[in-house]
Amino acid sequence: MLVYLLRRLVVAFCVCLAVSVLSFALIFLAGDPAIAIAGSGGSARDAEAVRIAYGFDRPFAVQYLDWIGHVLTGDLGRSIYFNMPVTEIIGSRLPVTLVLGGLAFLAALAVALPLGILAALKPEGALDRAALLLAVTGQAVPSFWLGLMAIVVFGVWTGWVPISGLASWQGYILPVAVLAFSAMPAMMRITRSGMIEVLGSDYVRTARAKGLPAGQVILSHALRNAVLPLVSLAAVQLGVLLSGSIVIESVFAINGLGRLAWESLLRADLPVVQAIILILSAVYVLLTTAGDLLNAWLDPRIRGAG
Amino acid sequence: MSEPLLDLEDLRISFPAGPERLNAVRGLDLRIGAGETLCLVGESGCGKSLTAMSLMGLLPREAQVGAGRFRLLGRDMARARPRDWAGLRGRGLSMIFQDPMTSLNPVLGVGRQLTEGVIATGGLSRAAAEARAVELLERVGIARAASRLGQYPHQFSGGQRQRLMIAMALMSRPRLLIADEPTTALDVTIQAQILRLLAELQRDLGLGLLLITHDLGVVAAIADRVAVMYAGRIVETGPAADIFNAPAHPYTRGLMAAIPVPGRTPRGALLPAIPGRVPGLTGRLEGCAFRERCSVAVPACAVRAPQPAGAHRTECHLATEAAP
Repeated sequence: MLVYLLRRLVVAFCVCLAVSVLSFALIFLAGDPAIAIAGSGGSARDAEAVRIAYGFDRPFAVQYLDWIGHVLTGDLGRSIYFNMPVTEIIGSRLPVTLVLGGLAFLAALAVALPLGILAALKPEGALDRAALLLAVTGQAVPSFWLGLMAIVVFGVWTGWVPISGLASWQGYILPVAVLAFSAMPAMMRITRSGMIEVLGSDYVRTARAKGLPAGQVILSHALRNAVLPLVSLAAVQLGVLLSGSIVIESVFAINGLGRLAWESLLRADLPVVQAIILILSAVYVLLTTAGDLLNAWLDPRIRGAG
Repeated sequence: MSEPLLDLEDLRISFPAGPERLNAVRGLDLRIGAGETLCLVGESGCGKSLTAMSLMGLLPREAQVGAGRFRLLGRDMARARPRDWAGLRGRGLSMIFQDPMTSLNPVLGVGRQLTEGVIATGGLSRAAAEARAVELLERVGIARAASRLGQYPHQFSGGQRQRLMIAMALMSRPRLLIADEPTTALDVTIQAQILRLLAELQRDLGLGLLLITHDLGVVAAIADRVAVMYAGRIVETGPAADIFNAPAHPYTRGLMAAIPVPGRTPRGALLPAIPGRVPGLTGRLEGCAFRERCSVAVPACAVRAPQPAGAHRTECHLATEAAP
């Protein structure tokens, strides 16, 4: 297990390194940053001045090492638009998105797992069909429409929850529900198909032949095998939810990371964009590594017990 | 004489197959006494594994089972519900499956898989169950048993896994053990070891053993009685020695003729095979199912032959006439 852990961590580190180079290079691929900063009204001399002031005239490698050195000490640079440290701007937006995404993930999982298991117990049964309908709806209905409808019904007509913002905890209910509704179907379907396959396996038959009660057969013999693909999928889903949704944050007027990324792109606020890409990539790498480690803990064949 | 472990009369198993039904087992009688080894032989698809699964209540959901009499370990299972099977599995009734590579759960330790059954059904403490597991693992020939309880199935070879399966089946101290082709998935050299082990355990523990196989060599080695199955029915049954010395049913004779005997079968000679193929089992099947392939069939074979009472019974008109 220790060897596996170390190997995974080395891989994760290498991926992070590659991502940092790419996200840094992205800015130069998108065009000359000096011209972008100087703005459409800026002359060639303005752009030249910006180039020297920001150090864009230095070799790429030097600029990268300079930047990554600052990043490692926690300095993500200054926002060109706000003229504030990037860490402060992101620090005010990230928690909102983390709470929103985390809650939506937990809600989606809390529905997907039991529903997937129950649907698999009687494939083509009434519950399975209802679950399929729910899954197809969740995947097909656009979340902006669902969000707007939810605001109309629960915010405007009934007045049960605030129509926008996160001033009170009730404000979280609708955005979390809408996010969860779109994340749930994939997790539910993968749980269902995994359970159906595993329930037909020889070792589940062995477990039943031993005289184990049905609940124990399903939960300790079948589920442990069936969740392996779910763990991998859920790690990616959580990454998607934690990177913030531009649509949901716009519909519910939430100042999260998704909106910040979008607005910064429009303003050509490169340091902010760079930092967001870097942070989200690191979150993805962290999550997939955590998913792999969880699977290794669940399945002795992966961790190479021997 | 005490009640047999299994007393089965007119067992029928069918599956929906389009507009008709596939009648996989078509009226099967089977008795197994305490401490007796019965070998059920027949070719693939004749219904032997389905019969075994029906004895464990492990048939697929869509299977329909009926029986004139179905007494198992003294209980009437003719109209058994899932709850009733829970009273037998791991409580006197155990089973060993065909493929040990897929029959063990890959993500759970073998110690846990060995002990969880008796902890659930027999109320044993974990320590007592582990002590019994170590004892049985040593009995089935796994060295350093205690240190291997924490290992996982993929750390055992195929033969060792089947030994694990046997130990697991014996954990609950069964009176009737069903072994469904326990050696088919193993190397030939391992097959002999596993069979010798099964035969020893059967004798030492006084088990009733239902061994399902299509290997007549296996049958000759360990059977007390043999039942030959063809197209969902038992066509001949009797003491092993009788069946081997004087097979009465043309199908049994065909099977025996197909076994090469070292020294007697000429090298390179073609082994005799039974011509034709197994009849389809959809819908009703009148008369003897073997008559299309039988070299001695007579017009009377269009009607099923009665089975005379006795230790050696054969479902064949000709055998009945020939009997003294």
